[in-house]
Amino acid sequence: MMVYIQAVAVMVLLGAGLVLLLLLAGRFLCNYGTCNVTINGREPLKVKGGGKLLDTLYDNQIFIPSACGGQGTCGYCKVRVLSGGGPLLPTELPYLTGDEQAKQTRLACQVKIRNDIELEVKPEYLNVKRFRAVLSSATLVTADIRELHFTLCDGGQLEFRAGQYVQVSVPAKGGSVFRAYSIASTPSHPEELELLVRRIPGGLGSGYMHKLQVGDEAEFTGPYGEFELTAGDTELVCIGGGVGMAPMRSLIRHLAEVEPERSCWLFFGARTEEQLLYQKEFEALRKRMPNLHVVYALSEPEKSPGWNGETGFIHLAAERHLQPGVKRQAFLCGPPQMLSSARDILLGKELDDKDIFADEF
Amino acid sequence: MGTNSFIMIFLASMFANNILLAKFLGMCSFIAISRNMKTAFGMGAAVTAVTVCTALLNYLVYSGVLMVGSRFFPETDLTFLSFLVFILVIAGFVQLLEMILERFLPALYFSFGIFLPLITVNCAILGVNLFMIEQGLKYSFWQTSAFALGSGGGYWLAICLMAGIRKKLEGADIPKPLRGVGIAVIITGLIAMAFMGFTGMAEG
Ligand SMILES: Cc1cc2nc3c(=O)[nH]c(=O)nc-3n(C[C@H](O)[C@H](O)[C@H](O)COP(=O)(O)OP(=O)(O)OC[C@H]3O[C@@H](n4cnc5c(N)ncnc54)[C@H](O)[C@@H]3O)c2cc1C
Ligand code: FES
Repeated sequence: MMVYIQAVAVMVLLGAGLVLLLLLAGRFLCNYGTCNVTINGREPLKVKGGGKLLDTLYDNQIFIPSACGGQGTCGYCKVRVLSGGGPLLPTELPYLTGDEQAKQTRLACQVKIRNDIELEVKPEYLNVKRFRAVLSSATLVTADIRELHFTLCDGGQLEFRAGQYVQVSVPAKGGSVFRAYSIASTPSHPEELELLVRRIPGGLGSGYMHKLQVGDEAEFTGPYGEFELTAGDTELVCIGGGVGMAPMRSLIRHLAEVEPERSCWLFFGARTEEQLLYQKEFEALRKRMPNLHVVYALSEPEKSPGWNGETGFIHLAAERHLQPGVKRQAFLCGPPQMLSSARDILLGKELDDKDIFADEF
Repeated sequence: MGTNSFIMIFLASMFANNILLAKFLGMCSFIAISRNMKTAFGMGAAVTAVTVCTALLNYLVYSGVLMVGSRFFPETDLTFLSFLVFILVIAGFVQLLEMILERFLPALYFSFGIFLPLITVNCAILGVNLFMIEQGLKYSFWQTSAFALGSGGGYWLAICLMAGIRKKLEGADIPKPLRGVGIAVIITGLIAMAFMGFTGMAEG
């Protein structure tokens, strides 16, 4: 009998001792006190140490892009940590080029705040806002692409450039994750947000966006994205496919509003005719934009018997139509292989690499 | 120099009775982490540190509480608890080590990744703890530290040897079905045979 009592006593005491030890250790080892976070040389923020840089910045209304919810798998959350970031971690290495490493670029979701820290973030991130918006209408434009119109809550307005994107906060197990969606509406309607979302089977973000009902609210951060339309006489070339239509639609409708004379090409590729988007709308726009050229091409025309337009991959259509040597700026948006082939064609047409902007999705 | 001197125990447990190559304990981490010298080295270091510290802690617990004639419960035989107690102590210690590493050596902490928590259930470490009490407590505190250091060091040596060989294997033309783990196990066997040569030395 005695043995059992002693055995239980030993186990309980040992367990309690270990727990106490770990709690104490946690108290002392994981307590980093208050740390100063200096961003772009501004007044330092006073924050509680011990948290991830990304989360701490988020709590302080600074919204660094992130698509993976801080898992270290998207590589979007890059910031430059000038001092106090500690050593580069193996989890960051796959996302940083040698050049970025030399410039002390880090993934904000992996760096922990342990002491005072000095950062440099893209100035545009400081203008990123968090806002809520209500779904005001939604339609399916193809079998799997939904066009969503949001109205910002409380009369809010979102200032953005055509070609930028927002992030929607998707409720998920253990917090929320973010997904990027390009803005399809134009900057002239800052109180509104139009998005095109393709459903991906089993997709967290796209599933959420397809399930939203009219009247539901969603939370966003934005705008993000570096594309900037150059002014003047440059020709704009948009090449894309599928849901890559979203930013191109914003760009072209924006041009129709502000510079309808500007020369502009839209190359849009799809497999079958059902996947083509906004043909009528662009047809109508061409009446207002004399220098707008729209080329649709089907890569599997045998499945669309009535089709008498162009066929083949869309980058080949661009190859056929574009004359070399014209001053251009290009915006590419679509799946990776399409983008890399289109980029090669454009480089062959004497475009500078820096004038080619690509959003891969 | 007697067979129970610090040096002899250390050498015997490192070479002749190598925990991996003579006893084949801790194979899972050995095979999984020996692809790259840097992580292999780190893993070896971590296993050695944890082995030494937990063996000594458990020595104190065993001699102080569990065995007959212990300091606190001399009358009762609580040795049937050793298994449970040892695992608890190892788990708690690894947790503590994790916190310390994360605070002071974050780069090392992240390069261990999942392996540090896995050390908790590394059979080599539990093995050393259990060998220590195989025939009651055969060693004194200092001898135990030599035994643990040797065993941990043996693991460290073996995993680094393996990582070195696997590096060389990268360019080798290995028959397809044997690539990866297959050839690794064969090579482990070959190294183990080479280590058998140490047997006479330690016991002679
Ligand atoms: C700058 C930017 C702008 C974007 N703009 C848009 C936009 O306007 N409209 C839009 O619909 N999407 C856009 N995306 C993509 C979008 O952010 C999500 O990645 C996409 O909706 C998938 O997220 P999910 O949560 O539904 O899928 P997840 O839950 O992340 O993934 C579910 C499964 O689908 C697979 N998967 C992920 N992405 C794809 C894909 N593209 N094709 C096939 N399988 C996939 C994953 O591997 C996984 O197995 C954009 C992305 C970026 C980076
Ligand atoms: S948030 Fe995705 S890598 Fe940092």
